Amino acid sequence: MPPREGIYGLLAEFNTPGELVHATEQAHQAGYRRMECYTPYPVEEAAAALRFHKTRVPLLCLLGGIIGLITAFLMQTWISVWSYPLNIAGRPLFSWPAFIIPAYEWTILFAGLSTAFGMFALNGLPQLYHPLFNAPNFRNGATTDKFFLCLEAHDPRFSIIEARSFLERFAPISVVEVKH
Amino acid sequence: MATKSPMHDPKLDPMIDPRTGEYAVIAPGHNFKSVTQKIAGIVLTSNTPLGWFGGLMVAGGIATLLVVALTWLFLKGVGIWGVTIPGAWGFAIINFVWWIGIGHAGTLISAILLLFKQSWRNSINRFAEAMTIFAVVCAGIFPLIHVGRPWVSYWLFPYPNTMNLWPQFRSPLAWDVFAVSTYATISIVFWYLGMVPDFGTMRDRAVMPVAKYVYGILSLGWRGSTRHWIRYETASLLLAGLSTPLVLSVHTVISFDFAVAAMAGWHTTIFPPYFVAGAIYSGFAMVITLAVPIRKFYHLEDLVTLRHLDNMAKVMLGTGCIVGYGYAMEVFMSWYAASHWEFFMMWNRMFGPMGWAYWMLILTNLAIPLTTLWSRKLRVNALFLFMLSFVINIGMWFERFVIVVTSLYRDYLPGSWGTYRATKWDYMTFIGTWGLFTFLFLLFVRFLPMIPMSEIRMMLPQTKIRRGGEDAEKVIQETV
Repeated sequence: MPPREGIYGLLAEFNTPGELVHATEQAHQAGYRRMECYTPYPVEEAAAALRFHKTRVPLLCLLGGIIGLITAFLMQTWISVWSYPLNIAGRPLFSWPAFIIPAYEWTILFAGLSTAFGMFALNGLPQLYHPLFNAPNFRNGATTDKFFLCLEAHDPRFSIIEARSFLERFAPISVVEVKH
Repeated sequence: MATKSPMHDPKLDPMIDPRTGEYAVIAPGHNFKSVTQKIAGIVLTSNTPLGWFGGLMVAGGIATLLVVALTWLFLKGVGIWGVTIPGAWGFAIINFVWWIGIGHAGTLISAILLLFKQSWRNSINRFAEAMTIFAVVCAGIFPLIHVGRPWVSYWLFPYPNTMNLWPQFRSPLAWDVFAVSTYATISIVFWYLGMVPDFGTMRDRAVMPVAKYVYGILSLGWRGSTRHWIRYETASLLLAGLSTPLVLSVHTVISFDFAVAAMAGWHTTIFPPYFVAGAIYSGFAMVITLAVPIRKFYHLEDLVTLRHLDNMAKVMLGTGCIVGYGYAMEVFMSWYAASHWEFFMMWNRMFGPMGWAYWMLILTNLAIPLTTLWSRKLRVNALFLFMLSFVINIGMWFERFVIVVTSLYRDYLPGSWGTYRATKWDYMTFIGTWGLFTFLFLLFVRFLPMIPMSEIRMMLPQTKIRRGGEDAEKVIQETV
């Protein structure tokens, strides 16, 4: 964990997604790694500029689905064959074709829940406090119409003077220091 | 209209971008800020329109019918309804299937159209999903009260208990429990997930401390980080991929309630696809019922455009044709199967004492919509579509009535024939659920962003970025 005092990073505000992507790409080439873009809608080009490609969300979805399928099928088998055997019109106790339907539903249920909760967990949400909310212009723009690039202070390459002059090369609307 | 419709003249139509020739989904002249202000402003205003209060009062008043009817039901039991032998399934099942069918369009719009990259659906998916959830709420009431002892309806779920009692998994009614509960859960999760970034916007734009606090909690601290967005988009896509087989399976499982029974008129293999198509048909009708007044009342014609109405009408036309094919096949198979019982059932359905219901169904579900929806002029006529949506939903209700009642009341043995007559409690319960649905929906449009702001932003031309990071819109403007 980075120390929770001093400054969190430098936040540059841009008017358009193109300017943001350009600045992010340049920052990556200049060696900055600990940085993040904040946009009012998903900008895939920004993710590419951050070199962020792979997420583990699909894996969680798959695991959830497999667990749901196995759970539901085994549960029905155990209930119908061993725990509570009922003779329903002479059908076999292990009526696996009938068990497919609830198993199918639970596959989707478990996969869906693990996708949604897994996504939030990977994102570290809920996290109601974040240093960026201290920046005066962040909340006015990041969820509405402005595009932000934040160079974080725990990047080994980060120094406040250099980073500021680096960001100002891209003519942002503003560059502000974000305190913890 | 005597003049040529402007829909297809690129020079006249403001929706066609003169530079690229692309057909815009959102009216031109909007930017990130204006769409945000427009949508968030509906919720964040301190100036609630009087009409909203009026609507809420009327809807709440109708919903009290449901409360009264359910109270009496719990005191007296299901004997107050019109269900008897042989008509053991009545309004409760009809209304259950009708409501849950309506919900299906919401999932179709949010999931299947997302997978097919039909970005026009971004304007309508939020309230279509809300419609899904409220329709499932209304639908869920019926099986619970229909079980006779609703206070033990949790026995339907498999849970360890001291009675050593478990559900019977060879019954379609047990499958229903799994299908409908999964559907409700995933729909709510998908709906909430879609709203999280918008809650962030609401939190940041709210002025009232209470609103800031509530939307802040609901937003989970969303801050629009790009890494978050990528995981979020992946999760949305996966949920869409999961919801698609789910929505197809739910009405399939519901059709199994009928198709698995050895009853003339129910025991057919065409039921699953024909139920699913009917569900989407009625669901899109309900989306139109809601969208037309909302876009008028809240002046959202720029965001829910005539193109949306046109596309939804086309979906209704397509699913309506499938439903029509289903009806035709039912009639054909009742003859081709050479089964006396099937043949009699169909004859009785058409010309028996309740034949009027069958012809009502043909009139409202096939004759009126499938003759008029071919016309583009009518498909972009909001008032016409609004009225037609009611006609279709009446038709879809009659479809379920015909399937449930006319198959049951005259079965194999003439000695056991009877009839079915709904009581005032049946009607009160049903009408009460309309009130509940409208009540919930009015609360939704007042307190939650009814159009997904982040997805609308994605459809604006300003989002396009050229290779190398230039803004496409800026480049075009500079060259012009």
